[in-house]
Amino acid sequence: MPSTAVLLSQAFNGLALGSLLALVSSGLTIILGTLGVLNFAHGALFAVGAYTAFVMMQATHSFVLALLGGCAIMLIIGFAMERLIIRHFYARPDEDQILVTYGIGMVLVEGLRSWFGGNSQRVPVPSWGTGATKLGFLVYPTYRLQLIGIIAGLLVGLYLVLYRTSVGLVVRAGIENAGMVGILGIDVRRTFLFVFAVGIVAVGLAGMLYAPVVAVTPDMGASFMVQSFVVIVLGGLGSFPGAIVGGLIAGEIISLTSAFNSAYSEVMLYGLMALVLVARPQGLFGTEGRV
Amino acid sequence: MLDRRKLILGGAAGLMLPDLRGAFAQSPAQIGTFPEGVGADSVFIGLNMPLTGVFSGDGSDLKLGYELAIAQINAGGEIPAAWGLKGKGVLGRQIRHKIADTEGKPNVAVQAATQFIQRDKAILFQGSVSSAEAIALEELASRDKVLYMVGIAGSNDVTGKNCQRYGFRSQQNAYMAAKALAPVVAKALGKKLKAAFLVPDYTYGQTVYESFAKFSKEQGWTQVLKETVPLGTADYSSALLNIANSGADVFVNICFGSDAVASTKQAEQFGVLSSMKLVVPNLSSFQDKEVGPELMQGVYGSCDFWWTLEDRFPLAKTFVEAFLARNKYRPRWGAHIAYMQTYLWALSVERAASFNPVDIIKVMEGSKAQPYETTIGRVYYRAEDHQMVRPIPILRGKAPSAMKGPEDFYEVVDLVDGETVMNPPDLFGCKLGPYS
Repeated sequence: MPSTAVLLSQAFNGLALGSLLALVSSGLTIILGTLGVLNFAHGALFAVGAYTAFVMMQATHSFVLALLGGCAIMLIIGFAMERLIIRHFYARPDEDQILVTYGIGMVLVEGLRSWFGGNSQRVPVPSWGTGATKLGFLVYPTYRLQLIGIIAGLLVGLYLVLYRTSVGLVVRAGIENAGMVGILGIDVRRTFLFVFAVGIVAVGLAGMLYAPVVAVTPDMGASFMVQSFVVIVLGGLGSFPGAIVGGLIAGEIISLTSAFNSAYSEVMLYGLMALVLVARPQGLFGTEGRV
Repeated sequence: MLDRRKLILGGAAGLMLPDLRGAFAQSPAQIGTFPEGVGADSVFIGLNMPLTGVFSGDGSDLKLGYELAIAQINAGGEIPAAWGLKGKGVLGRQIRHKIADTEGKPNVAVQAATQFIQRDKAILFQGSVSSAEAIALEELASRDKVLYMVGIAGSNDVTGKNCQRYGFRSQQNAYMAAKALAPVVAKALGKKLKAAFLVPDYTYGQTVYESFAKFSKEQGWTQVLKETVPLGTADYSSALLNIANSGADVFVNICFGSDAVASTKQAEQFGVLSSMKLVVPNLSSFQDKEVGPELMQGVYGSCDFWWTLEDRFPLAKTFVEAFLARNKYRPRWGAHIAYMQTYLWALSVERAASFNPVDIIKVMEGSKAQPYETTIGRVYYRAEDHQMVRPIPILRGKAPSAMKGPEDFYEVVDLVDGETVMNPPDLFGCKLGPYS
């Protein structure tokens, strides 16, 4: 049996890991919950975000400028994807949406590989995040501590924009009946464009913030995409609060299991997902019959 | 057209090589893709390696090594002659090849190799960066009776319980690497140390762990923790937290490829590298560059080849120079394995004077009596398990201030004689199958 100190350390790490998983999953759930599109390019866009941070860091030598520049680039990518491809698939069957986004993901990943090669790129931890901080019962990387705060702020901001402003209301109304919203004089297509781009910026930003922690390779998004799906299945498909709670639960499951035996951490995560699917198929915060 | 010169040469060869004639007398006239795959002026080789996924960096390096060797052999000239080859190509035939991306997945690798065999009538297929895919390809090779030369694969199982008559491995296995590395590291870092292991959960990780744990224990080290993580893990925080709190003196990181990069970066962030010495039993091809010399300085590890061996071996010098000129960087050990063993296959074919896989296998199995001179000195394949007996470089990461150039990441602290670190051939349960 692990000591109390080890359990507390892993519980804290679960919080940090969970907040990262929540941010990574948020972009997926925003697009799914509002536009009804299951974006299989999510992992690839996560990698694009990380590479954007790498390129911008090379150019500016400032992590903050890299984040700002990276967000602008992801916004442009989001606009382009929606205008050129995704908007033609809103009314198409789910299978078509999955296939086209999966294809976009493959093109993006292979584009990164063609441009940067298969080896990983180095994105250093920003100077204000280097070192480790002593927290009484554990010593924890300073950058990861800062990430908890940054991610909490970002998630609250995203929630307010999407669920406490008229934008989110228009989008949800547009999903139900785009024609009726149009008759009311609202340009629903522009709102869809905005929401899709916000989702892409969210996943790209997750990639940028995570770049100093993980190995930046073209395929880095694959494992995050799988975990994002687990998180949104736990929290409820398309539910933004569900993604946050699902992310935190997933982080705690992975971390606390590691206190006993890290080999079983992912098994426990998928086991929990299976349990949730049996007991509550719509997820913790999902609504039955509607994404 | 038979002329007098060929008649005399053929007669002389027949008189001088009675043993070989005897050995090959039993080879079947038709086996696998032979003789169908031997064209009048060319033969085909299939190359399998991950160009995407966790191992894509090593896979890309491997690919460039194969391409260089094939280009040199086809062109003929001084370098192939220095290896002992005659003229252009192999037995007068040019080598054609195709490359398949295995993604590091055994099933994809087997599909690709099956196509090479059935569609292209491959006379040989090569490559891997994962022991799991190497084991799967070995089984395919023996089933279809086509020669397979493993690429990068360190698991003991490849030439152990999963060994196959039609598979040969040039890289040292985990046992050899650990037995070579442990005494050097213990001498440098100390004898009575506590070690924490980070182990990727597949055949490579488990056998490297078992071997290094065994030989480091013999040096007086104590294992305080073993953290097992899935292949392709992105975030190692929970495992590293346990390692950071383990009280270990040494962090033995067995992860490979981009997993090694991510786990090492994160270990530094968790303060593990400031409180423990890092040991990497098998260094990944580009770990030096991807992790950076700041973190790799003082790190001990083993690998197949390091480019400064060009100072010791003439064939290594020509390899490094040609590779650098062609690819604008110095080859890592993936490229070296590919390059060296393509030459060794070609040499074996010429020694056998045949593309018949049974003849080639018998030449390679008999190479102890007639070893190959290579980029790492004298080597041969052991007849009992098809494991290459070869020197093993032990490396130590240089401090950034000690680097004489941007790629001068390591110092070769030892080149351990392979004969002294071999496992008994039956230790891992190898039973080679039939020839035909």
